[in-house]
Amino acid sequence: MERQGNAPPDDIPIVLAREGHHGPVIHAANRTVRVNGILPGSRVVDMRAICPELQVEFADEAGDHAALDRLVLWARRWCPWTVRDGDDGLILDTTGSDHLLGGEAAMLVEMETQLSLLGLTARLAVAPTWGAAWALARFGPVRSICAAEEVNFKLGALPVTGLRLDDATVLLLRRLGLKTIGAVMDVPRLSLTRRFIKAGLAANPLLRLDQALGKLAEPVASVDAKLRFAVQSRLAEPIFDPTPYLPELCENLCDTLKKAGMGCRRLHLTVYRTDGDVSHVDVATSATTRDPTHLHGLFRDKVERINPGFGFDLITLEAGSVEVMQVLQNRLDGGSDDDLHLTRLVDRLSAKFGPRAITRPVLRESHIPERAAAQVAALANIADVAAVTTQERPLRLFDHPEEVRVLYAVPEGPPAQFVWRRQTHRVTRYAGPERIAPEWWKDRPGTRLRDYFKVEDQSGRRIWLYREGLHEDGRGGDPRWFVHGCFA
Amino acid sequence: MGSLRVQKRLAGQVRQPDPLTHTLSEAFPETATDAAAIGFVLARLPRTDAPILWVQDRLSRKEAGRPYLAGIGTKRPVIMVDVSRAADVLWAMEDGLRCRNLGGVIGEIWGDPPALDFTATKRLALRAEAADVPCWLIRRAASPDLSAARDRWRISAVPSAPHPHDAQAPGAPRWALDLFRSRRSKPGQWVATYDRAQDRLNLAAPIRDRTLATGDGAAGERAAG
Repeated sequence: MERQGNAPPDDIPIVLAREGHHGPVIHAANRTVRVNGILPGSRVVDMRAICPELQVEFADEAGDHAALDRLVLWARRWCPWTVRDGDDGLILDTTGSDHLLGGEAAMLVEMETQLSLLGLTARLAVAPTWGAAWALARFGPVRSICAAEEVNFKLGALPVTGLRLDDATVLLLRRLGLKTIGAVMDVPRLSLTRRFIKAGLAANPLLRLDQALGKLAEPVASVDAKLRFAVQSRLAEPIFDPTPYLPELCENLCDTLKKAGMGCRRLHLTVYRTDGDVSHVDVATSATTRDPTHLHGLFRDKVERINPGFGFDLITLEAGSVEVMQVLQNRLDGGSDDDLHLTRLVDRLSAKFGPRAITRPVLRESHIPERAAAQVAALANIADVAAVTTQERPLRLFDHPEEVRVLYAVPEGPPAQFVWRRQTHRVTRYAGPERIAPEWWKDRPGTRLRDYFKVEDQSGRRIWLYREGLHEDGRGGDPRWFVHGCFA
Repeated sequence: MGSLRVQKRLAGQVRQPDPLTHTLSEAFPETATDAAAIGFVLARLPRTDAPILWVQDRLSRKEAGRPYLAGIGTKRPVIMVDVSRAADVLWAMEDGLRCRNLGGVIGEIWGDPPALDFTATKRLALRAEAADVPCWLIRRAASPDLSAARDRWRISAVPSAPHPHDAQAPGAPRWALDLFRSRRSKPGQWVATYDRAQDRLNLAAPIRDRTLATGDGAAGERAAG
């Protein structure tokens, strides 16, 4: 594949050169040059003799690689598993994704269209193996599609260059008279093995042939595929309780994480039951960690939720949300920082009760008592605002103010006697009223003001009582009385 | 810490008690809605700015309300844990006691759940002593049955001290304290006056002079002593 983005006109002979052993050699050439018989790899000075008007530009190989790496990710639009192949190729593992694009032939047309819109010419082929696709894309027919059973037949006609061998080996095979891949296939295996027993992969036609025919595995390793951190423990007998195996699993997992320099924020424990079912338990942490005791502690009480069925014989523990974890030394003496313990505590509590159960009250700027304190996440970094009032406030506040029945109302001041929670309270002393008007910018129209009293009843309990509204304030009937909190 | 010093002085003990480690104490409010126990517990926590872990079960939250930050003061952060069962309260408290950076752990449990048995309190007490973090269990509507708490208090509000400027207003809060069981000091009964301005607990008089509690607490009536 060659970049044609802002290429000069095709009739000017232009080549890209790179540094060779004896002066610059041709890296790539356009069509006019190729028609003249100039091949990549030959020396520029020699080729100037053939084609005097040759224009030479130097190739930007690193830039090409980077562009191709970006294209690898861009090709994820067609299938999830893509990788760069050498200097000029992409390998896409389209298994299971071709039907989404209307079959393999339609998929190739779609790919070629999209790539040409980027200004790229592409030669595409579909084949069951990496090697076969490489050969067919370069030496086969246009948009060739090769099924698994016709690999032998289709590769047989291609030149031996299609086996991804180095130049010396290709020359050797040519000298031996083996011009096509089919000719190499016809040679007895034993002879090839004996001849190339010490050759490496790039110089070994037998290995390359096996790769192309699928006899030798050549998996596609995607570039940014996440490492999977999982450990498992196979049991000889089905058991019902994974607890004794958890510490070892956690330690093994944390070891692998530590070797990779990673930490995890989630753990998935899966047990494979003998009755053909699986059960899961998941835990999460609020900070990245790889501390086995901490992670093990998160499973406390959770493993009981596993339904063991008739027992299970395989336990796997997998780390999720894996992130790079920096090792921080907080203090000179190697001790850990104070915050860390608190995060861990919040972790453990959140793992057990859910993150919404762990909160931190903060003050807000409001005179309405229930708005003056708000609940935020426990480790949220929100500065407290100063209290807006210097008045004494109760230690406890009810979520919903509780209405009381007034027995003896007094025109001014709190009731002399009231019933709260079926108990009669006689007010002996009181302080107040403290009038808190509704916040008109927030409250609905018609919200009544409140007059708060701190009252003390006959047994000494101090209660925060308020009257909602005034007599004849035109916002409802008689004012009602509520208990809103308790003082110490 | 403060309480030990106070107890020692009150009981007239000269002997230095064991190293002053924080431990598990239980407080039984006389009535469920009485915030006197909360006030006493907060007054007894060490004066640091370390966060407090405050665990409440559902019934305590519904019946006795939430801690109100504007009343407690913002001197130290509070981490609230809202759970529904008593077993979860105990779990969270025990977990919190593994963290030495806390200034205190307060748990509120309603009634006498089966989960709160001797073993559970023993675990809490040992954890609290190992971590040296004060741990308070506030038990409403509960009977003081078998427990491993080192100190067990029965706390109720009594009519407050006279207000210095307003005769008909309640003044500084007063609490009747009954230390009915203690590992480390002599049990006793006191009336404590809490000085809010100085955050100080004055144990005014032993409760044997308790003419005060039987009185109606009307304005002008003064505490004995």
